Amino acid sequence: MKQIEILVVGGGPAGLCAALAASSLGAKVLICERDDHPGGQLVKQTHKFFGSEKQYAGDRGFQIGEMLLEKVKADENIELWIDTTVLGIYEDGIVTCEHDGEHVKIKPERTIIATGAAEKFLPFPGNDLPGIYGAGAVQTLMNVSGVKPAERVLMVGAGNIGLIVSYQLKQAGVDIAAIIEGAPKIGGYLVHASKDVRSGIPVLTSHTILEAYGKDRVEGAIIAKIDDKWQPIPGTEQDIKCDVICLAVGLSPLTELCWQAGCEMAFIRELSGHVPIVDDYLETTVPGIYVAGDVSGIEEASSAMVEGRLAGLSAAASLGYGKEEAPELQKAAMAELDELRAGPMGERIRMGLEKVAAKGGAK
Amino acid sequence: MLINDGIPTKEDLAKVMPSPERLAAGPVSIAECFQNIPCNPCVKACPRNAITMPNSINDTPQVDHENCNGCGVCVGKCPGLAIFVVDMTYSEEFALVKIPFEYVPVPEVGQMACGLNRSGEEMGWFEVEKVISGGKKNKTYTISLKVPKDLAMEVRNIKVGGYK
Ligand SMILES: Cc1cc2nc3c(=O)[nH]c(=O)nc-3n(C[C@H](O)[C@H](O)[C@H](O)COP(=O)(O)OP(=O)(O)OC[C@H]3O[C@@H](n4cnc5c(N)ncnc54)[C@H](O)[C@@H]3O)c2cc1C
Ligand code: SF4
Ligand code: SF4
Repeated sequence: MKQIEILVVGGGPAGLCAALAASSLGAKVLICERDDHPGGQLVKQTHKFFGSEKQYAGDRGFQIGEMLLEKVKADENIELWIDTTVLGIYEDGIVTCEHDGEHVKIKPERTIIATGAAEKFLPFPGNDLPGIYGAGAVQTLMNVSGVKPAERVLMVGAGNIGLIVSYQLKQAGVDIAAIIEGAPKIGGYLVHASKDVRSGIPVLTSHTILEAYGKDRVEGAIIAKIDDKWQPIPGTEQDIKCDVICLAVGLSPLTELCWQAGCEMAFIRELSGHVPIVDDYLETTVPGIYVAGDVSGIEEASSAMVEGRLAGLSAAASLGYGKEEAPELQKAAMAELDELRAGPMGERIRMGLEKVAAKGGAK
Repeated sequence: MLINDGIPTKEDLAKVMPSPERLAAGPVSIAECFQNIPCNPCVKACPRNAITMPNSINDTPQVDHENCNGCGVCVGKCPGLAIFVVDMTYSEEFALVKIPFEYVPVPEVGQMACGLNRSGEEMGWFEVEKVISGGKKNKTYTISLKVPKDLAMEVRNIKVGGYK
């Protein structure tokens, strides 16, 4: 059995920042990451990030990931296990994982769950045809494996992910037939949308996909305009030829481990699914188990990094580390989160978090 | 409308346009960034502190066009590729438009590139006057394009490839 002070599950921006923060106060940390390359979603992001300088805005996602990873590797308090999937958390606090092809048990004093999110899928006729992918898979093919994933793509979803992945596809020389969005408004940042449109990619709001067709794989899709009750308007159908349909219809928090550990959960629409109830320090209702990043509500890498920092500081402080400096640092992290969420784009998150607090989270 | 199709309207643009007097006085930046998003690299980028956000990172950028000298540093730094520089004093016939560009291949100085408007429509062929690399890390290129003056507020991108 492996003993450790703090176990971090997931090596995305939230997990890496959690480990660095906990270590900065002196705690010993183990990170378990199921992929062979830590960084989470950041690994696939070739675009420049938003947010403020404090969260490395203006740098590209993968560069931020590399930078965090180098810091983690150079940190003597942090051990990093890659190719390690955490399978279960039991009530006695024992965590099981698959590490180097073996089943390993870990006994951590504190656990920070930073497992991120999973992509949502969309039901429509023909959605089982080869050639229909989630945006994450397309990004991995393109930005990690260096494969041109298609000749011509229909993108479904005009949130930031749909807008950004369309741009990246276009950069890779792929033609984008259109970005369609069911809602009447573009959900992602308008600067991303304008950048796509001015590159010749139309964004069609109030449009949905009726069906995908093709013999052995996707050859095209029928799309149509929808009314304000989300019903297709007859006569507005369009036949879009494409060899890939890419779905960017949202993410939901990857919370299996939270459920298993017995954390109290709540369905909060604004946070994109079931999320654990947490207090101001990101501790769940199970003492000693913390969460950070998309697992506690779909947001951004910028906020995931700050949440990671806050959870890491809090977990380390609860073990008695950093008595002097921890409160100050925790306060600074909370203020940074407030700042990021202060604008209209943060309204959804603010509403979601208020609901979490109302369910008995915040102390 | 911008929120439905990603294309800023005349009204949107009017809010961020420098005055005719300022445009007549030399190069100046135009931040076509209309939404309150948590973003501020433009503020940090400007060496003259001509871009500000008075209240918070969620403000839209306020460009002090009188203080801006059109140097173009901000063009390559904005992650939204939303800032352009227009020099209406470039020559009798042409304005110079500085455009952020992140596609390959990148055109060479002296080549003709097909200009696109904010809807992605082709506006004609224009000479590339200058190409500045954003460097190894930043990677965004700034392309200076010679555009007839009446199209200087229309052309905002170039079509990838096919340069002549
Ligand atoms: C296309 C796209 C564009 C984006 N653009 C921006 C942007 O411009 N600005 C911005 O701030 N944010 C952006 N984001 C959002 C940002 O990437 C995410 O919010 C952020 O990565 C969340 O961080 P995280 O650490 O919570 O989760 P993730 O990055 O998802 O990391 C979770 C990690 O946990 C690992 N993991 C999961 N389960 C287990 C397990 N059981 N055992 C071990 N490891 C596990 C995963 O392999 C993964 O590495 C974008 C996202 C996408 C998809
Ligand atoms: S063009 Fe130069 S001076 Fe003007 S706002 Fe941009 S960086 Fe500042
Ligand atoms: S950096 Fe660009 S996208 Fe961000 S606020 Fe400034 S102008 Fe807008």
